[in-house]
Amino acid sequence: MDPLAELDDDSAEWLRVLDPGADDHDAGLARLHATLLRIARGELHRRRTSMVAGRELDDLAHQSAADAMLAILAKLGTFRGESRFTTWAYRFVILEVSHKLGRHYWRGAPEPLDDEQWDRLPDRLGVDPQEHAEAGRLAEAVRLAVEQGLTERQRTVFVDVVLHGVPLDALCARDGTSRSAIYKVVFDARRKIRAVLVANGYLASREEEPA
Amino acid sequence: MNGKDRLARFLQTDPRDVGCDEAMAVLHVYVELVADDPAAAADRFPGGAVHLAACGPCREDFDGLLAAVRNEG
Repeated sequence: MDPLAELDDDSAEWLRVLDPGADDHDAGLARLHATLLRIARGELHRRRTSMVAGRELDDLAHQSAADAMLAILAKLGTFRGESRFTTWAYRFVILEVSHKLGRHYWRGAPEPLDDEQWDRLPDRLGVDPQEHAEAGRLAEAVRLAVEQGLTERQRTVFVDVVLHGVPLDALCARDGTSRSAIYKVVFDARRKIRAVLVANGYLASREEEPA
Repeated sequence: MNGKDRLARFLQTDPRDVGCDEAMAVLHVYVELVADDPAAAADRFPGGAVHLAACGPCREDFDGLLAAVRNEG
């Protein structure tokens, strides 16, 4: 059965008013924009980012709402009624907020990133600072595994994400690639590092781990 | 949990992980399921649930969309 035939009243009303032939189409567009702007502002507030504040924060909300609105209108024909219309539409503006914060990261990046800061790794993993000796062995074991097991691209991304804490969306903006592509690089890097650490005897294989 | 355990957990990957694109494609459907019944959502989209547990940025988007749906009623 076609999900569009069973739309809830609110979703059906959105589709009606967003049809360019509707008498109140302009009012519908204005209502959609106001809704998206409210969601964008709420999301930026929820994320409590320290990168942006004040007027710049509201500018990001406006840009996110405007770009989400364009995307929604362009893809309106792909809405299948699998969720309420508003949930489908909010997704666009949430993703725009992520995208814009990723681009914004580099405007406030505090310092040029050095390539080798392995002493940061234990802290990044939340290792207790009192475990000095273990932390040092851990950082050295991972550094060797990265050298032995990763491609240059995997190494670069792993260092940026894990040692320097660069957000994935910021790397996407810098490298002109997608989040899924960066995630896949990190996913593969984690798997390979683990395999090297198991082969080197530093970590137990999964079969040897306690249940 | 000691340092080695933390490292092992960080490096753990799950082959059921569907990745960012697939998880984001159904995010609106998944969020509504979670809002109604989280266990049922994970049963219907196990690979998406695994991904959202592993991918910080996608989890942030999920949290944002869920908050928006709940706040807007």
